[in-house]
Amino acid sequence: MTPAPHAPALELRNLCKTFTLPVRNGWRTSHFDHHAVKDVSLTLPRNAILGLVGESGSGKTTTGMMAMRLVEPSSGQILVDGTDITTMDHAALKPFRRKMQVVFQDSYSALDPMLTLGQIVAEPLHIHGVGTASEQNEQALAWLQRVGLDRSYGSRYPHELSGGQRQRVAIARALILRPTVLVADEPTSALDVSVKAQIINLLLDLQAEMGLSILFISHDLSVVRSLTDKVAVMFNGRVVEHAPTEAIFTDARHPYTRSLLDAIPVLNPRLRRTRTFLSRAELASSTPHLARADLSGPVTPGPMPQMVTVGTDHLVEAIVA
Amino acid sequence: MRLVEIENLSVSFAQAEGVVQAVRGLSLHVDAGESLGIVGESGSGKSVTCMAVLRLLREPPARIVADRLALAGTDMRRASKRDLSRIRGRVAAMIFQDPMTAFDPVFTIGHQIIETVRAHRPASKPEARSEAEALLQRVEIKNPASVLDSYPHQLSGGMLQRAMIAMALSCRPQILFADEPTTALDVTIQAQILQLIKDLQAELGMGLIMVTHDLGVVAETVDRVVVMYGGRVMEEGPVQDIFDSPAHPYTRALLHSMPGQTAGRQRLVEIPGASPNPAHPPTGCPFHPRCDQADAKCAAEAPAFAAIAPARHAACWRLQ
Repeated sequence: MTPAPHAPALELRNLCKTFTLPVRNGWRTSHFDHHAVKDVSLTLPRNAILGLVGESGSGKTTTGMMAMRLVEPSSGQILVDGTDITTMDHAALKPFRRKMQVVFQDSYSALDPMLTLGQIVAEPLHIHGVGTASEQNEQALAWLQRVGLDRSYGSRYPHELSGGQRQRVAIARALILRPTVLVADEPTSALDVSVKAQIINLLLDLQAEMGLSILFISHDLSVVRSLTDKVAVMFNGRVVEHAPTEAIFTDARHPYTRSLLDAIPVLNPRLRRTRTFLSRAELASSTPHLARADLSGPVTPGPMPQMVTVGTDHLVEAIVA
Repeated sequence: MRLVEIENLSVSFAQAEGVVQAVRGLSLHVDAGESLGIVGESGSGKSVTCMAVLRLLREPPARIVADRLALAGTDMRRASKRDLSRIRGRVAAMIFQDPMTAFDPVFTIGHQIIETVRAHRPASKPEARSEAEALLQRVEIKNPASVLDSYPHQLSGGMLQRAMIAMALSCRPQILFADEPTTALDVTIQAQILQLIKDLQAELGMGLIMVTHDLGVVAETVDRVVVMYGGRVMEEGPVQDIFDSPAHPYTRALLHSMPGQTAGRQRLVEIPGASPNPAHPPTGCPFHPRCDQADAKCAAEAPAFAAIAPARHAACWRLQ
């Protein structure tokens, strides 16, 4: 299980997910296919933070869950350290589970209320059989300290903590196995402003210290700007733009990305403005038409939207005339 | 005319563990047509303040003490049940963060808006229905008739928030209390709802109290700002002044800790520590344990809320 040299920490190739939902029609039940994720390809390089941005229903969480094999993809491939884990069975997958951990938005439901914080943080070591019981306990306490809680918290319970403290515990539990990939699904969305900055800083420090690769899923573009190296924007189940973070903020090409940026409240009352809004239907049909001359990479001809290169590492979904 | 007058308001709750002080010595006012933002983190007392003015808190366990607590000149401390139901709706209306729980799931939107309209003035059902339809149109719902016949679970969060605004406007209130109206919504929908509230406020000449934890929302929507922390007002002033030259250390720290203000991946300026526990608030200034300028005086005695410049007030020993 030695990682292939230069393989990215995580690679998603043409991932799709279709949920088949029952539709009641009187006494009959028919089925309706909901395409939650359509042909998503993403690369999370080593030692980097990739932001996955979109609104509710865009498919960003489903994509993150598929990357962890917590939701089975309908088609496509998931590669961890260059190894295809898409169809691995439970036993074969276990060593890879150690390398990939997740932090969720709602820290309250993510922590078992019946366990002490020490037990919660030590649980991954227990599951993977790392060390003796006393070593596991000692490591858990050390991690509680590392994420900014006192060792004495080891004997306390989740309900005694604030939201920010619970999120620290969830981060300690996720990192105690020293994973290479962390999927963080809206970890700061439920937190107060002053605590949000603390958790973002903690993630940045741990990322640098451990050389982690983080897939940071969020709808909050301000947080994404401070935290990530690259951003993929999802809309209606597809990635519509993928670029280095600053290129997204200064040179967005897709109308949907622009509408997201335009919606961020500006922290200066002098810059108040009246906004005009495109409806979702208008946005859905707003794939840009680009001339070949605008593009810097190779293109295949055809009227279907495709990801085309418009700058250094900057991809946008467009129809090429 | 003063629409909202609050002087020296304190709200406490009797709990099993003891008395929790949610709001301590708060004073604020809103004039007709004016918009005020109340900013604070969870537990700062911003929502409780609004609930106390509208007398929406159950007493006991809540205990409300104030030198003055009035809406459009009516003393809310002495208001009878009849006064209250006249004031709620016609003088003041409130919209909440979670529109899903604000509507009753077993009745249609139309039923609930029509009921509200008829509770406040005599109107036949068809009259009330066409009024409801006009209201939904006013909040930019494109198919009002079908929304009236929908149940809450059939609508998106943004649509429901629009419907709740329509219901709040049904009795043409003089002031609208909006408690985190966009927190549960997507960013693009948030921008649309804020724009709608601003437009309606200007058009109807309503007063507005916007309660939020988001400084961005405040910067976009209000004329004047009150910053709360630990149940007290830390600072108050015109919105532009608060953003240009925040005076209180808490306001400054809050503004500096906002992510995404500059290009590039970087650590943020964080405020160390955690918000105070309202059951055991710190002595003196509630912010002193987290303040980088605090000294022994700050820990011993709470500073008075005093004028620091024309139209500006703050509660900080460093500014007096």
